[in-house]
This record gives sequence, C-alpha cells and structure tokens, in this order.
Amino acid sequence: MHIVILGCGRVGAALALMLEASGHSLAVIDRDRESFRRLGRSFHGKTVLGIGIDEDVLRKAGIERAGAFAATTSGDNSNIMSAQIAKMKFKVARVIARIYDPLRAEAYKELGVDTISPTLLGAGLCLDFILERPYRSVAEYQALPEVLAHSS
Amino acid sequence: MYVIVVGGGKVGYYLTKALRSAGIEITLIEKGRQRFDLLQEEFGDVAFLGDGCEVRTLEQAGAPRADLVAAVTGDDEDNLVICQMAKRKFKVKRVVARINNPKNELTFQMLGIDETVSSTKLIYSLIEQEVEVADVIPLMALRKGHLELVEVALTEESPSINQKVRDLVLPQSCTLAILVRGDTSEIIHGETTLHAGDIIVAITPSAHVHEFRKAILGKAVPAS
Repeated sequence: MHIVILGCGRVGAALALMLEASGHSLAVIDRDRESFRRLGRSFHGKTVLGIGIDEDVLRKAGIERAGAFAATTSGDNSNIMSAQIAKMKFKVARVIARIYDPLRAEAYKELGVDTISPTLLGAGLCLDFILERPYRSVAEYQALPEVLAHSS
Repeated sequence: MYVIVVGGGKVGYYLTKALRSAGIEITLIEKGRQRFDLLQEEFGDVAFLGDGCEVRTLEQAGAPRADLVAAVTGDDEDNLVICQMAKRKFKVKRVVARINNPKNELTFQMLGIDETVSSTKLIYSLIEQEVEVADVIPLMALRKGHLELVEVALTEESPSINQKVRDLVLPQSCTLAILVRGDTSEIIHGETTLHAGDIIVAITPSAHVHEFRKAILGKAVPAS
C-alpha cells in the first residue's frame, strides 16, 4: 500500500521507517529539507518539499493512490486541514491526524476525523506509572478527562 | 449583533476599527502578547488575548452568542479551524474566512465553510480586467453582485455594429443603456444603430456576462 506522511519530525520519520520496514511504499512531506535527514540513508521512499495543506503538494506525494495518510507536523491546524483534504477530497481510506491540544482533538473526533492526542497519551501513561496502575487501552487514554474539559 | 474577529493583524485591526465605528458589538482575539498589548491600548476591552483556534478561548470570548465569526489570521489552516469550531461547536450562524491560497476557496467549501475572502483572487481579477481593456469592463456591481454595470467598446469585428439595437439578440435581462460616441452620449433605444468605436454602457446579470460579451463582441471567453 502507498502511504503519505505529512511532517518529517521524530514521529513522522520513525513512522515512515517502520512502515517501510513492513513493506509499504512511502512518501514523506515536510517544508524543511533538513528534516529529511532523520530518514537516514536506508530510506527508499519519496521525499516531497512543501506544505501539506496544498493539494498540489499532496498530489506530488501520490495522495491519489494512497491507502493511508498520517498528519504528524507540530502544527495542529495544518494536521487537521490536511487530514480533512485527504479524507474528503482524495477519499483516502485511513486518515489520522496528530493533535496536541486535547480539546481540539476531541472536537474533531466528534466531526469524524480520526485523531490521536500525544498529550493525553503521554500524560495518561505517566499518570498510570506514577500511581502504579495497570496501563489502559489507547481509547481510554484518548478520552478527554473531566478535569481538562471544564477547567478555565 | 455580536461579532468575533480572530486575528489582530492589519486586516483584523482595520476590520475591528470599522465595525466599532459602525456601532457593532465586537471582540477581537489575538494570540500574540505584544500585538495584543498594542490592540488593547487602542480598543480596550474589545481586545482579547488568546488562541482563537482553542475551544476555550472562543467560549470565553462569547462564541455561543456570536452572530458572526470572522477568521482573518494570515494562515489558511488556522482560519479553517476557527471557522469549523465556531460553526460546528458553537453553532455560530455565519462564519467568514480569509484565505491566502485562492485554491483553498474550493477546499473550504468542501469542508463546510462557504464564505471566503481571498485578496490574492481579488487582485488577480482586477489584473484580469486590466488585461481585457477595450473589452467588457465591469464598472459596478448592483443588487449584491447579481447584476453588473459594464462598459464595452465596439470594434470593426463586433457582430453588433451597423445594426439597429432592436435587431440584436441579447441574453435575457441585458439592457443597453447609454451610448458614448465621441464626446456625446445618448440613451440607447430600439432605433439606435451601433457603429465601430462606440462605447456602450450596459447592465447585465452577472451570470450572463459571457453570453453578453459573445453577443456584442462575438467573442466567448472561458469561464473564470
């Protein structure tokens, strides 16, 4: 399967290498050429320099034939917008957006965009470790805790 | 009427200024501390420090009772998220987004945001008009843009010359209004005969500009 990854930071690069190791064809998009260094020399996939909310850039990365798309930049809104373009415009089957802000992740989950919030995941894992509780499922970590929903 | 403007750059600043002087209740959200200080100095409580992409900020700024939210930051993705949050999360009736990449107009529509303003596109269409000089020049939009007042100069090639106006076949609702010939002008009527070099001021439905152009000048133009 062809997979497009937006953002070649630590997460994007690691994901690309892991997917390639499982035999998939990859294209990674980033606006900073230097970031592609993270992929190392063994990476055989395509690297595309550009902004992920630009449809022309997505096309260049082969979004039209992609079976999956992951938005992993550090910008929540870029991830949200590109994920929606991939899903609605290019009809990519599996689309995931990384969203740091738990409230925004929750809001877009309600709107039908699959999201993962590393903030909730990281905090939840640390919480369970500190309180010596057993680890839970991803879905449980992703559920917005009451204390975050209403604090202001 | 209560309006929330997100993004306190130049567009947001002047928009707020204009709305305020029109007596409209308004809040301007800006996330940059320095920029905010500047805005607060001038607008007082109208300025609100926070990230307009965040649910909480919008809530505190009063999004649940807002009649209109205008997202005018310099980033298209931020403006999209602001509008989607306002519309879907807070049920704001009307949302307007500023966009930089004209191609995003369609993307925004697809994602449920119908009202967009692109300065790139506006300037482009002005240049386009400039390129088509001595052709159909838009003078003014009437009836919220459904009708256009246009000027057109007739050439030797125009199929409409040396004919009486009553014999011309024009698209529906097109009206030839004024004829400018040399230094004189007159009201056009059925008996008027058009000549090369004449300038006509006409009113045409915006949707029929291309047909009008074809009828008068004999040239069709690809829809923009």
